[in-house]
Amino acid sequence: MKGKVLIGLTLGIALSVLSLPLVAHHGNAAYDPTKQINLKGTVTQFIWANPHCVVLFDVAGENGQVVHWMAETENPTTMTNMGWLKSSLKPGDPISIRVITVKNGKPIGRIVYVETASGQRLPGRIVPTDDSGKSAESYK
Amino acid sequence: MMLRRSLPLTVVLAVTLLVPLARSQDSSPANSPAPLNERRPPNWLENRRDGWGRPVKLPVKGEKSPPAPKRDLSGIWDPGDGGIQALGPAAMPDDGRPEHNPPFTAAGLEALKETKPSNGFRSTLATESNDPVIAGDPQGMPREDLFELRTVNILQTPVAIYLMYQFGRVWRVIWTDGREVPKDAEPRWFGYSLGKWVDDYTFVVETTGLDERTWIDHAGRPHSDKLRVEETFHRLDRDHLELSVLIDDPKFYTKPWIALNKLVFNLEPQTFDVREMFWEPSEFQTYNKLLGNEAAGEDEK
Repeated sequence: MKGKVLIGLTLGIALSVLSLPLVAHHGNAAYDPTKQINLKGTVTQFIWANPHCVVLFDVAGENGQVVHWMAETENPTTMTNMGWLKSSLKPGDPISIRVITVKNGKPIGRIVYVETASGQRLPGRIVPTDDSGKSAESYK
Repeated sequence: MMLRRSLPLTVVLAVTLLVPLARSQDSSPANSPAPLNERRPPNWLENRRDGWGRPVKLPVKGEKSPPAPKRDLSGIWDPGDGGIQALGPAAMPDDGRPEHNPPFTAAGLEALKETKPSNGFRSTLATESNDPVIAGDPQGMPREDLFELRTVNILQTPVAIYLMYQFGRVWRVIWTDGREVPKDAEPRWFGYSLGKWVDDYTFVVETTGLDERTWIDHAGRPHSDKLRVEETFHRLDRDHLELSVLIDDPKFYTKPWIALNKLVFNLEPQTFDVREMFWEPSEFQTYNKLLGNEAAGEDEK
């Protein structure tokens, strides 16, 4: 009996200690880098700030419900080098956006790229896995 | 008998507890977060602008740079992506590879346990990090060279060389007038830097008297009051400059180690306006409230 308790205790400690790195820095660990999805939505806010710029946008989900999405990029200095401006996006702009998503299922992403209504593609720093338009998942 | 029975369990327990400690030093990348496949888009430089919002002309491909002027580092220099060094110094990133573990002394390892970086192999949540820069402290030296090293404006006078860094808009002075470090020097964030030309194109800087509160890099490598930083600036030609950084701290490291190995800077036009770039604790709080904490939070039920 005492042995089983000790083994259970050991396994418990092992699991809790070994799982620590899995909850590491949200910059990488929070995202699933293998899954890129396309979304179409309307910008509600574009925050041009450190440490990362953030696009807030609404996406029409199932049954007409609106899903409020957030997607982050890099800092303004890096984004400027990549052709973005503070005025690149503004509330009301329709966008097509490709993101990787967070593992916890929340409507949060990291930008692969954004396409504006004029057809301009604003790149993030994630390499697109499939540029043919046939993405793993697609939202209206 | 009792001892024989409990031995395997003890070994399992010991291994279980020691593995994470060892992994922080000599670790397998297999357990690190999956890397994001990040890179610049192929044409990213075409849309580049300076801080004034003006497009920056690209160098003409294949055009050979003329020779460098002698004993002259002045100019606006850009190291590109190579200066960001989010995982730690470019030549010694904290990526779990054994060859990238600095040669810690026992005292150095003890000091390492006290740092909680927000990036690298030992990363914790940024909100739980004790990174002095996240709290708003200066990066100091040598971290100014080893994290967010962006555009640097170098000015030269007959007695000193001034480096003005984009990140944080901080500057430092390297004296070339033959002075010595003051006796009983008060520790400073950027220490006391003395430089000399070892040939017409190579300038070596030694910095000591550094404040122990700073970290060497973004991965939380510590240093003691014995730290000596050696920077070697080598002007390759008119348009290119190289920087190497050596860490020498006998209290925390058994031998000197190279943190940066010939990072190349490109010369920007004289009219290039360097845009502002700061670490702003208030913006970080806003970011975490809005997105960072949500992204790292519990699963959606």
